[in-house]
Amino acid sequence: MKKLICIVCPIGCHLEIDAQHNVTGNRCKRGIGYAIEEVTRPTRMVTTTVRLLSQEHPRLSVKTSKPLPKEAIFRLMAALESLTVNPPVYMHQVIMRDFEGLGVDIIATRTIPG
Amino acid sequence: MKTDLLVIGGGAAGIAAALEASAQGLEVLLLERDTQLGGILNQCIHNGFGLHVFKEELTGPEYAERFIHMFHDKDIAYKLNTTVLDIRKEDAGFVVSASSLQEGWLELECRAIMLASGCYERTRGQIQLPGDRPKGVMPAGSAQRYLNMDGYLVGKDVFILGSGDIGLIMARRMKLEGANVHGVAEIMPHSNGLTRNIVQCLHDYDIPLFLSHTVTDIRGKDRLEGVTIQQVDENWKPISGTDKHFSVDTLLLSVGLVPDTMVFESLDIAMHPVTKGAVVDQHYQTSIPGIFACGNALHVHDLVDYVTEESRRAGRAAARYVKGLSVRQKRLALNSGANIHYTLPQYIDTADFNGVISCMFRVTKKAEQGEFVIRQGDRIIQRKKARFLAPAEMEQLDLDQTMLSDHETPLTLDFEVIRP
Ligand SMILES: Cc1cc2nc3c(=O)[nH]c(=O)nc-3n(C[C@H](O)[C@H](O)[C@H](O)COP(=O)(O)OP(=O)(O)OC[C@H]3O[C@@H](n4cnc5c(N)ncnc54)[C@H](O)[C@@H]3O)c2cc1C
Ligand code: SF4
Repeated sequence: MKKLICIVCPIGCHLEIDAQHNVTGNRCKRGIGYAIEEVTRPTRMVTTTVRLLSQEHPRLSVKTSKPLPKEAIFRLMAALESLTVNPPVYMHQVIMRDFEGLGVDIIATRTIPG
Repeated sequence: MKTDLLVIGGGAAGIAAALEASAQGLEVLLLERDTQLGGILNQCIHNGFGLHVFKEELTGPEYAERFIHMFHDKDIAYKLNTTVLDIRKEDAGFVVSASSLQEGWLELECRAIMLASGCYERTRGQIQLPGDRPKGVMPAGSAQRYLNMDGYLVGKDVFILGSGDIGLIMARRMKLEGANVHGVAEIMPHSNGLTRNIVQCLHDYDIPLFLSHTVTDIRGKDRLEGVTIQQVDENWKPISGTDKHFSVDTLLLSVGLVPDTMVFESLDIAMHPVTKGAVVDQHYQTSIPGIFACGNALHVHDLVDYVTEESRRAGRAAARYVKGLSVRQKRLALNSGANIHYTLPQYIDTADFNGVISCMFRVTKKAEQGEFVIRQGDRIIQRKKARFLAPAEMEQLDLDQTMLSDHETPLTLDFEVIRP
């Protein structure tokens, strides 16, 4: 039995899921899918910044193109640490492609003119 | 040269108000003290913006860039690096004094003003924390700016006071950047942050949350060396014997935001004791005709989408004023009754009331179920049932002009809790 809080909507139901993936405590169906994914392969969107060669904007904000497996988050942070980007950068430009073959890109979340 | 509407601040609120006023045909000039448009959104690199306005989840910079594009497309006049310092009332409008990095001292004439200057963070002095005064104690939003804009991590061992969303977001952010986040203390028995932030920012990284706790000692000569927290009773009095010590070099404060109304200082504008912003009617007009306010400069919002919607309405109302379509004549009070923290607007201008007003408000306590009721005298003129209410979330109730029984009797909004 594992206790979880559903984060799909603001109500935040307190869920319980057992070894057979029976879910209780959910007020709607979406809680079931969330609980199963959360105990099998939890993923999260990651937002952070990378170094940018610019006087005015020393950091570039970036995000994952889709949710990343939770256990890979700190490895991604380490990989981004050694990265430096040159302006110009455009919104949603790919900064790092297919991290660890997981099918997740790192993309810019703003434009910095050259 | 006289501008129709001068907008103070180029964040989400200022941009939306300027866009709307310009769409209504007004000559608009926007002044922003920073080096870029976008305001606080530029440093909020996390996800969670735009679910209402764009029906998708964006980061702060993405949300800002969409609006900045629309702003530039319309060729609206603006000046960056320009800080508004004072407003003077003249016969036919206002004179705004500002200091510009490029142009020096400016005196700008306009017919109407939109205050969209955002909010500032409460600091240590404003909440009176005991103990030494070393370096390393700072508002969470400042730390966010240092980290996300300048790339500078303010500390390695961090404790956070206050569990509002900024505190939670910064707990995760500092952890991701390699800091050791020892915990978050919250004086209330519940967090004011969104549940999803508690899960994704604290639970995900095993950061403990100490509810009903506050910081009772701060130690350090030059740099912060440690903090002590204690549990508090229902009167917020520390309980002896509950002390916990943390060796940290940084204490981040996430203890509240206050509308920035500094430029109103030399004017005699009626202010609201709870919101700390100006008192307004449904046109977002302050007690001085021609001066409007919106966004966090009016009341602190947790969702940028509501800032955008409110500021569009304010921009439209300012346009009506400049065109002479709305001359305020009559104010009817909308009072905060039982379990209501504040309402916005606080007044209804009955002389120019057509259609529907979106009344925004906050409740004072958490409740599973309840009903919002607007009364005029003894008569109920509007009611709505609602579920899962919390002070952190803004509620909305529409008020139709045809519901009013007269234009004299003040209105009161109550929140009646329904026990399960
Ligand atoms: C840390 C934090 C996290 C948030 N997270 C979320 C979230 O996850 N989801 C969400 O929807 N919302 C979130 N919000 C809320 C939302 O982003 C803000 O409420 C909104 O962006 C505020 O817009 P604004 O234009 O009122 O203020 P601001 O963005 O602060 O803009 C005000 C502007 O006015 C300028 N200014 C001030 N004084 C002067 C002057 N005298 N002269 C000239 N210019 C001046 C400032 O430089 C600034 O650019 C968050 C807010 C904060 C603070
Ligand atoms: S289970 Fe359904 S109602 Fe409950 S929090 Fe999840 S999505 Fe919301």
